[in-house]
Amino acid sequence: MSQPEGKGSGALQVKFVPDEEVLKHIADGAGIKVRKDKTQLTVSVKRFVKKLENISDDEAQEILEEKNYVAALGICAQDPVGNGSGVSGGEVYSFQTPKHSSKMAELAAELAQTPGQSVAPDHSECPEKTAKTPQSSSKYMFLLLMHVFSLQLQSKKKEYVATTPYRLRKRLAAPDPYLESESEYSASCSEEEDEEDQKEVRTVLSGRKTPAKTKALSTPPPRNTLAKKIKEDKMSNLVEEYFEAHSSSKVLTSDRTLQKLRKRRLNQQTLHDILKKAPLAYAAEIKELNQQHESLFSKWMLQLHLGFNIVLYGLGSKRDLLEKFRTSALQDSVHLVVNGYFPSITVRSILNSITEEVLDHIGTFRSPLDQLEFIIKRFKEDSSLELYVLIHNLDSQMLRGERSQQILAQLSSLPSIYLIASIDHINAPLMWDQAKLSLYNWLWYETTTFSPYVEETSYENSLLVQQSGSLALSSLTHVLRSLTLNARGIFRLLAQYQLENKDNPSYPGLSFQDFYQQCREAFLVNSDLTLRAQLTEFRDHKLIRTKRGADGVEYLLIPVDDSTLTDFLEKEDEDI
Amino acid sequence: QQVQEDLNKQLFDNLVSFLRRSHSEFQEKTTEWTCRMKSREIPTAALVLGVNVTDHDLTFRSLSEVLQNNITPYIALLEAKDCPGIKNLMQKLMGQLMNCYVDVDSLEDEDYVQVSQNRIRCSMTSLTNWYETVTKKTDSETPSKKRTSSSRDWQFPPVVVIFKDMESFTTKVLQDFIVISSQHIRELPLVLIFGIATSPMIIHSLLPHSVSSLLCIELFQSLSCKEHLSTIIDKLVLTAQFPFKLGEKVLQVLINIFLYHDLSVQNFIKGFQLCIVEHFYSQPLSVLCCQPVDAKKRVNSLSHDQCENIRKLPSFRRYVESQVSEKQIALLTADNFLKEVTQKLLEDLRVYHENYVSVLRCLHVFTSSLPKYPLGKQIRELHCACLENRVWETEEYESSLQLARMLNKSDLVTMLQQCVEIFVSSSGNEFDKTVEKLKEFLTQFQKLEAEAFQEQDVSISSQKELQKKTDLYHLQKTLLELKESRRSKKLTKFEMLRFEVVDYIDSLVRNYLVPADHKTLHEIVYFNTASVLRGHLNAAPRIALHTALNNPYCYLKNQALKSDGGRISNKAPDICIVYKLHLECGRLINLVDWLEAFSTVVMAVEGPNADAASSDQVDDIIHARFIRAVSELELLGFIKPSKRKTDHVARLTWGGC
Repeated sequence: MSQPEGKGSGALQVKFVPDEEVLKHIADGAGIKVRKDKTQLTVSVKRFVKKLENISDDEAQEILEEKNYVAALGICAQDPVGNGSGVSGGEVYSFQTPKHSSKMAELAAELAQTPGQSVAPDHSECPEKTAKTPQSSSKYMFLLLMHVFSLQLQSKKKEYVATTPYRLRKRLAAPDPYLESESEYSASCSEEEDEEDQKEVRTVLSGRKTPAKTKALSTPPPRNTLAKKIKEDKMSNLVEEYFEAHSSSKVLTSDRTLQKLRKRRLNQQTLHDILKKAPLAYAAEIKELNQQHESLFSKWMLQLHLGFNIVLYGLGSKRDLLEKFRTSALQDSVHLVVNGYFPSITVRSILNSITEEVLDHIGTFRSPLDQLEFIIKRFKEDSSLELYVLIHNLDSQMLRGERSQQILAQLSSLPSIYLIASIDHINAPLMWDQAKLSLYNWLWYETTTFSPYVEETSYENSLLVQQSGSLALSSLTHVLRSLTLNARGIFRLLAQYQLENKDNPSYPGLSFQDFYQQCREAFLVNSDLTLRAQLTEFRDHKLIRTKRGADGVEYLLIPVDDSTLTDFLEKEDEDI
Repeated sequence: QQVQEDLNKQLFDNLVSFLRRSHSEFQEKTTEWTCRMKSREIPTAALVLGVNVTDHDLTFRSLSEVLQNNITPYIALLEAKDCPGIKNLMQKLMGQLMNCYVDVDSLEDEDYVQVSQNRIRCSMTSLTNWYETVTKKTDSETPSKKRTSSSRDWQFPPVVVIFKDMESFTTKVLQDFIVISSQHIRELPLVLIFGIATSPMIIHSLLPHSVSSLLCIELFQSLSCKEHLSTIIDKLVLTAQFPFKLGEKVLQVLINIFLYHDLSVQNFIKGFQLCIVEHFYSQPLSVLCCQPVDAKKRVNSLSHDQCENIRKLPSFRRYVESQVSEKQIALLTADNFLKEVTQKLLEDLRVYHENYVSVLRCLHVFTSSLPKYPLGKQIRELHCACLENRVWETEEYESSLQLARMLNKSDLVTMLQQCVEIFVSSSGNEFDKTVEKLKEFLTQFQKLEAEAFQEQDVSISSQKELQKKTDLYHLQKTLLELKESRRSKKLTKFEMLRFEVVDYIDSLVRNYLVPADHKTLHEIVYFNTASVLRGHLNAAPRIALHTALNNPYCYLKNQALKSDGGRISNKAPDICIVYKLHLECGRLINLVDWLEAFSTVVMAVEGPNADAASSDQVDDIIHARFIRAVSELELLGFIKPSKRKTDHVARLTWGGC
């Protein structure tokens, strides 16, 4: 690809990245495999590289090869425990490529479109879907409209495209307008939009024309050198892309916020309820996976008894699996379950439960290290003591610290303590250095379950979930009920003022002087001393927070989010 | 129980070698001890241990054990992680030393009380008090010590302080400790031992000259971990006594992990243990993998099912097919006959192993000294090559034979002698002939030597003759003759013999170094599923996550998930879709965009059968599913909430930074 490509050709660039990557990791994949294991696979990969070398600019062939390669990868990956882990490093740790703001939506549209392309096989496979007659819902209409829209655009494009018979057209052309139409559709569907879309298409086209031209120019040289040239081009392009991606510190994302989506935030409970209603996809397959893992239980027991500890990794919640292990294998033995995902778990609490519950020791320890020493001593003295420790999410926020890991590792190195733990975080193995690893004496088991992390994520402060709003509201009302009418009035004033300013992101709070003025005007206080006394009371109940501004003025703020405050005011109004 | 037995045995082996290693060091140390007592400086031993940190623990433990038994009861092992400051260090040191004291004078209750009192007070008092207590301690202790240890050589047994991992100590702490203790060296015979993982230069880079001059450092180099590995391989893998064997790939995996990942002998042992466990767990016929005496008994008591299992072994099938038809029938139907044959085959296998080991060593003697080491420097490489396939068919073997044909005589003779030693020491009785043959070669070489002397004489005399003659033509002629005769002579005598020797070795190799999987019933004693081992020891959690997210079809075998062209279908689990979408973003991701993209994808799937009435509800469900998927990604560490922009999350992974 040539260098002078504007922003408009961003879409084109995306398409090329995977090809490069494929080339790249075919190359190093083959290298690695040749070095490591001389399996049959290398032969095919080698041959494959040769084939790739001969690739001319025929895009279709390249796509075909790509598919082949992915298929080959799939074959390896099908047996994840097979020799030579199916995925090469290059794929997992790819370079950063410059991202376009609309790329995600593009991909979404592309993904959404896939069933349309493969309608026939899809329907033959799952007849129950076709059986359901699509009622003429608004949604369906919407979809239809979209299709028409895109078709229309495609036909328009064909006029432009006709000159450049480019293979990528099918993959590339559709999504872009599709996306535009989709995202803006709900707002309005005027002529302007249409024109915009056309513009978009034009830019895409102009972007696409350039490489086509360069390719047309470069056809004369013989095939081999051409292939090499392309490869080199791609390499240099990769380098440029890397620097381009890292040069701009500014990130381009759209400014839309969830507030504007006018969708209420769900709280944890409703979220849970809704998700319960939604059927779990691929339940049968997940069950089968779980059964595979469950067949390993007796093996785990044996290996635990032989002094190994077991760590489970892989996508999906491993909580149920461990629970099942616990109920089936550890029913009659002393065991301790640690919910690592619980936000207030500490090593000390783990150690405490061991000393208090298991060893029946009453008393406190100066430091966790002392406690650990005590436990080690007890377990060494009494060889009949055995303890199974199950830790869900050993890599959780609270347990991933160096010291806690050290303590847990020392604990697990005791011969009569059997540890079985699960990790989820991608960087979890970085917690352990050589010394800890040897203390833990892990055996790794891949247990990909695909089951949702229900418990594990329920404590997380996700942006999308309303944070314990109901709790704050009830406490707010309770506290205020116990106060005088004047005090309630004061608080109302503050709350109202805060709500008036809710759209101002840099709202510092209400300054004390202004507040005093307002209160006086409302005949709520008669001196600033009484107001101060009231505010102190609020502050003691954590109803307000005071902050000193840059100019030394005291600002008052209610540390509750706006929706809760609105609810509160509504409730107050009802009461009155 | 059998498994346990094997494990114990092997662990014991390992410990013995460890002990031997530290023993040699210790021997050196005792000699050093005497001279050290006189010096003013703190005697210090720097132990260079290499990078295999995990093994150090064992080494130190055995070292302190040896020291404790022979030199002094006062040993403190200090680790950097326990000593972030000088105070903690002293505390730890005192604690350990006091425990020692308690051990020694545990009979004297009074002392014990005093010690415990001291201990409590010590931990509270400030730094300065510490030295006093230390000195006071030793003062008060010495009389009692004299009583208890009057029989010992030393009146004041030195206090040995071992710093396990010197590099990780903070320099300040070390410096302070050294300076302080150097002031008290008169009262307190202190000996320091530094465990060093990198190079001895680290002492000088960690400590300034003023401090290091207070030390009298003696350097000890422990055996490198590689050598240690070869001793273990020698003892465990290359013996006929140990019934369990590793297959080629497994051994390769273990060695690779060792060489490329941790250099830890302990981990190697762990891997070996795991192999044993796996083998006995997964192979039902592994009951026969035991000492020959037991094996006979066990073969006789095999049940019918187990016999069937034997019949199912591929190597046994091959064996059956090579037999005559009546025998085939007998093997496949009569259990008793099968048992007899099995016994015989097991015995064959055992004999094969015995022969294999000695011939392998013999071949190693030849190949290890060849230039460029075509078959590897270490015997383990040779072993792997032999296990993999017929070694004599490989190019490397060809080239090494060619090189062997060019060896000079003295090398050849020493090698032959070594081979003879190996064969004599081996227990196999088939090697009598071989030994004879080799000895014959040796005598022939000696004869040759004698002849060569004579020849030299001859040539010298002929040269003398030459000197007499001045005729240029004659000179030329005789020189040519001499040349020709020499060439022919060489071919006839020495070179012929050399060829013979090499050919003989070659025949030995072809006879005895047959790869194990060509042998019948090799499945019983060989463990060959390297992939399992790799999965458990050298796991790749990231790759597992990656494949699960990118290609859910690997795990969920559903046709709808089958993808083409690397893209996942839109029916994939939510988290896969969300992951795929987030890959298209830069550092920050707008949640609204993300949600919209997600609902586009999901709605395309459900679009046809979405209900008009419940569209709002569906929307809610999609929203909830999105929330779940995003928070799952957050849990997995792909994203984190960001404060830089409202409703944005930051990407944390590859290409996101």
